[in-house]
Amino acid sequence: MSKKILLSHGGGGEETQSLIKELFLKYFENEILLKMEDAAALSMNTNRIVFTTDSFTVSPLFFNGGNIGKLAIAGTVNDLVMMGARPKYLTCSFMIEEGFSYDDLETIVISMRDEMLKSGVCIVAGDTKVVPKGGVDGLFINTSGIGEIVLEGISAHNLRPNHSIIVSNEVGNHGACILARREDIELETELKTDCVSLWKPVEALINAGVKVLAFRDATRGGLSAVLNEWAETSHVCIEVNENKIPVAPEVKGICEMLGFEPYEFANEGTMVICVEEGEEQKTLDILHTFEECKKASFIGKVSDKYENRVILNTPWGSSRFLEPPKGELLPRIC
Amino acid sequence: MPDLIEGFRNPDHIKALSSLIKKESTRKINIMEVCGGHTHTIMKFGLPQILPESIDFIHGPGCPVCIMPKERIDHAIALASLPNTILATLGDMIRVPGSKTSLQKLRAEGKDIRSLYTPLDVIKIAKENPDKNVIFFAIGFETTTPMTAVIVQMALKENLKNLYFHINHVTVPEAVDAIMCDGDSKVDAFLGPSHVSVITGYKKYEPIVEKYKTPIVVAGFEPTDVMESILRIVRQFNAGDKRFVDNEYARAVSRDGNLKAQELINTYMDVRDHFRWRGIGDIPKSALKLRDEYAFFDAEVKFKEFLPTVELDDHKMCICGDILKGKAKPYDCKVFGKACVPSAPMGSCMVSSEGACSAYYKYGKLAAKGA
Repeated sequence: MSKKILLSHGGGGEETQSLIKELFLKYFENEILLKMEDAAALSMNTNRIVFTTDSFTVSPLFFNGGNIGKLAIAGTVNDLVMMGARPKYLTCSFMIEEGFSYDDLETIVISMRDEMLKSGVCIVAGDTKVVPKGGVDGLFINTSGIGEIVLEGISAHNLRPNHSIIVSNEVGNHGACILARREDIELETELKTDCVSLWKPVEALINAGVKVLAFRDATRGGLSAVLNEWAETSHVCIEVNENKIPVAPEVKGICEMLGFEPYEFANEGTMVICVEEGEEQKTLDILHTFEECKKASFIGKVSDKYENRVILNTPWGSSRFLEPPKGELLPRIC
Repeated sequence: MPDLIEGFRNPDHIKALSSLIKKESTRKINIMEVCGGHTHTIMKFGLPQILPESIDFIHGPGCPVCIMPKERIDHAIALASLPNTILATLGDMIRVPGSKTSLQKLRAEGKDIRSLYTPLDVIKIAKENPDKNVIFFAIGFETTTPMTAVIVQMALKENLKNLYFHINHVTVPEAVDAIMCDGDSKVDAFLGPSHVSVITGYKKYEPIVEKYKTPIVVAGFEPTDVMESILRIVRQFNAGDKRFVDNEYARAVSRDGNLKAQELINTYMDVRDHFRWRGIGDIPKSALKLRDEYAFFDAEVKFKEFLPTVELDDHKMCICGDILKGKAKPYDCKVFGKACVPSAPMGSCMVSSEGACSAYYKYGKLAAKGA
């Protein structure tokens, strides 16, 4: 029988120590973590830091192109990066359901390590709890992170008329991929999550001196949520052109079948960027050198047509408000 | 798949159809799109903005969630509240408020309520929970009815003893007739449903055209489908007095429809003498139920003692009834977008994404401001 996580693995005794050593330290090892102190002592190159936390409860735990572990690293890293910060340190807590497969946990831990390599971040403190069967749905992970600000002044308040809006990749892949997996919608093509850490492309934009005003990863609520939040925060109108927004054919297909909007689907490695007018091509040229940003597109402009609203223009000359997503995503009937 | 979407959203085609309609339209035409899917297309793609003022839309009763009277939603709630029960239904149904609560709220209180993507999943649920009663709250027009019939067929074949059906399947032609025979209907022409017609065939509408002398053009759900169908309506009026059923959605709809599906429906279901439609009232012979020989599957028979029988009307401020009949627009309603919003709907048209009010709320505000 395959190895399982037992309640004793979270008891704080010998089994806990062996789980930490044989699994977590093995893959997450770094100088600070290996000291095994009560708390991590950190040094930073700046006195301006960003700090964030996020909990990951995705079901299913494994999906095409990723798993909960990859998500837990990329999600928190991206929150730091979107503030113009270099991700430095993470903490990580595992809440594991009794009976969880050891091999699955190892797979998850390995993908966390691999994802950390992409941004150079490291886990410096952690915690493991094992809860009785039914206490959590398999595995929950919390990660918190600290980053050093390298580009000051990034904010959702910065948008002004004539600024340009760029999206870094196709939108909706993660949400559609999870939905398809959860509901057993069988697709002939391989739709993958976009889940990835965005530090490298953001670092390249910063190093090239692109005049960026705001970054936001389009996670829950998707592109629509980001644009609406920005429009409201900066009291502006954002006008985007539907035919410029990249959406994978599979995602379009799922949305058409079930009556969803791809702009409301979650992403885990796709960001929206607001840049000064004239910076569009430079931004795209840099983004297109990264595999995860190959489909980056200049989708629209900030204007003063309405306050706090997002307008979607169709290629045949009509337009509509893009409303922020509301309620539960429910499929349409016929 | 992409061809089936992009091919029917070609901007040049849509623009060309728009200018043809503008050029050829000579009179005011009120077009009722019967189906909620068309309401959605019209609003989502902003079609009124590229049509002449002479073309106006009246949003019909074709949203299966919207036309469900409160007492039947209360049925779902009563059934879901029974001990040892799993209630399964489709889509937006779980959000519609009944007289006191909704399935969504009941689910949050711990009742086992499943919102299905694939109705066939209900067979799996019944098999996996042999010690529970599984009730399929079946809704929808002719499009979804065959799926329910297949589930009945499978349940018989697999000898499932714990699966029951609460059938709320309704039929389009009777509803259209009810709207037209009202006398004060403003409808000049119809966009005929897409998927419903795949099952029924377009000959189902021939008696209506005959009786009321209104063109019906069966239209696909894509923007070019709707635009082309409107052009055909305009041309039918321009060509003289002959009125007929036209079929724009020929890539999927035939005159006779899906005979296999029709046979399945007839095998397991029978026409109800009466069914109350929310906002419209009683329409004779407008809905289906299980045939008497399958009454042992029928949740309305098996759980009769638990089901409320009092008929419940909407809040007096809600004008969903007039909207469904084409007598009012969502903006005519005093509570639209204020007391009645998608997150807290007062009337059914705000609940489903196919409902007229919900589509106006989501997509229509920009157009309204410009109008």
